[in-house]
Amino acid sequence: MSAVVLLLITALGLGALYFLVASGLSLIYGLMRVLNFAHGAFLTIGGYLGYTAGEHLTHGSASWPAFALMLLIGAASGAVFALLVEVLLIRRLYQREIEQVLVTVGVGLAAVALVNGAWGSDSRSLPVPAWTSRTTDVLGARVPNDQFVCIAAAVLVLAALLTMLHRTRYGLIIRAGVENRAMVTALGIDVRRAFTAVFVIGGAAAGLGGVLAALYNSSVSPGMGDALLIYAFIVVVIGGLGSIVGSLAAAVVVAVLQQFTNYYAVSGLGDFMVVLLLAAVLLVRPTGLFGRAS
Amino acid sequence: MRRLIRPAIAIAITVLLALLPELTISIPGVLPGPTYTVGTQQLLALCLLVGALAVTYDLLFGLTGLLSFGHALYFAVGVYGFAIALQVWHLAFLPAALATFGIGVAAAAVVGAISLRVEGISFAMVTLAFAQAGSLFVYRNFGGFTGGDEGLGLARADLPSSLLGVANTVNLYWLALAVAVLVYAAIAWLARSRAGRVMAAVRENELRVQVIGLRPYLVRWIAFVAAGSLATLVGMAYLLVQGGASPQVTTSSFTLSLLVMVVLGGVGARWGALVGGIVYTLLDQRLTVLAASSRVDSFPAVLRVPLSQPLFILGTLFVLVVLFLPGGLAGVSQRLRRQHEDGRSVLPDPDPEPTVSSLEGVG
Repeated sequence: MSAVVLLLITALGLGALYFLVASGLSLIYGLMRVLNFAHGAFLTIGGYLGYTAGEHLTHGSASWPAFALMLLIGAASGAVFALLVEVLLIRRLYQREIEQVLVTVGVGLAAVALVNGAWGSDSRSLPVPAWTSRTTDVLGARVPNDQFVCIAAAVLVLAALLTMLHRTRYGLIIRAGVENRAMVTALGIDVRRAFTAVFVIGGAAAGLGGVLAALYNSSVSPGMGDALLIYAFIVVVIGGLGSIVGSLAAAVVVAVLQQFTNYYAVSGLGDFMVVLLLAAVLLVRPTGLFGRAS
Repeated sequence: MRRLIRPAIAIAITVLLALLPELTISIPGVLPGPTYTVGTQQLLALCLLVGALAVTYDLLFGLTGLLSFGHALYFAVGVYGFAIALQVWHLAFLPAALATFGIGVAAAAVVGAISLRVEGISFAMVTLAFAQAGSLFVYRNFGGFTGGDEGLGLARADLPSSLLGVANTVNLYWLALAVAVLVYAAIAWLARSRAGRVMAAVRENELRVQVIGLRPYLVRWIAFVAAGSLATLVGMAYLLVQGGASPQVTTSSFTLSLLVMVVLGGVGARWGALVGGIVYTLLDQRLTVLAASSRVDSFPAVLRVPLSQPLFILGTLFVLVVLFLPGGLAGVSQRLRRQHEDGRSVLPDPDPEPTVSSLEGVG
């Protein structure tokens, strides 16, 4: 019983990370039809700048305000980098989707290489609040506290995203754009501003995810973003491109499947199962679980 | 007359490449030494094989309009399959090669048949999924014969003596050249065949192909299997030239680098993909040497950090090509040729290469 509880909560923690990356990817694809290969780089840059802030703020373990500041800096740097990529590169290739995807591939390669050059290829441990390295007793399972931080952050991001999408004018435009971009343009709304918005939102979520992934793995490394990106792609596609709720459901399903198979069957088989799940879902429902036919 | 120019140029370049190890050509900064030295031959062999691999990817992406994120799988089947056939199954050289090729064809046939049931981004993701499964298989070392992170080394006993030793590096170079020429010729032949014409037609307008009563699925499958099996062939030669298998060739970033090469060279232009692969490999290798050199160490950090990362330079270069050189290297040469021809009386090109004007169905 305690093993099941532990696995379930760690799966939710991992699912939270997947969701933070996948939600932005899904919005960007839904609106712009661009698979953003630079999204892993957004995460890595957020993680590294958050880590650097932590190094300057504290020695050893971080206080809660310092950690909150690290999260904020991670999110802000992810957002700023995403903004620059969108305004300087993606916008120049408006309506040329293949070229836009190619540009994100190039940016992803270059940015990760730059992080590698600036901070070195070795992983570095992140200063975190002492509480997060302890465990809490939940129904007899000793759950590491960092899982709760990841889950709470993902829930907050989910709430913020849904509020933004359903309660604000920008959100309305984004949802309408995902539904039918040509119609939104025809109504005289400059949908390009929504493009910038989804990039900034996605970048912020990924940057936040970078600091949290560093907390989850207890270190930052240049490859951290791309390692998560593959699974985030899988999550987005299973959930249905363009659907936030789909990303959420798929993030949980993928993470639970991965954790349980890795624990109860052979270690490593879980990753295999996720890949098979993707192939199976796509062949049965090419638009994903929550996606609509385009 | 013009019909003969292209084959003539191709044959001349092949002869020149075949004679290269006997000549003394030095290109400082590009090649590590004169062309008769072992290090240069090794590098050139690598360039030719990666170039050939890029041509197989161009068959999918450029000619047929299939964006696959899993092409590394078939290459990896060649690299790892051949190593395993030699070392684990203890097959002799030729049977091992045939068995590996058979596995490559079978893998491409099965995965192609499944993943081509969906289109566009879903197709890209299903191919990614299968390649990722292959990559996990290699990295996790299930069954213990892929060597995991360490990769596999070739034992001397497994190879024919003509491929062993430093003195025989030139044979490896010739082998690589032969494979590259074979792959290029096979794909050129396929592209000019009836099936190849339909592949280009499927890329441009699938609906019209269906309306005239042809089956896009079958033609796409042929392209997929041909590209996959040829990639397996290249992979086997790659194993011999590198003297071992490293798990890096199984990853999705390796497939992405193939995409980078094809775009650098010019999507849909076969020789462009070949040149793109060669240029990419040369840059990658030479920039790594540059990064390690003492001259870079003396630069201030603002310059030193980017210059020490070959992938940063390649990534930036790639972005610049996409932004400012649509059509890549082949596009540049086409524009130059057109400018040149505009000066004289213009004859229509009797055999225009298909170029990609729209790939909307892919994204």
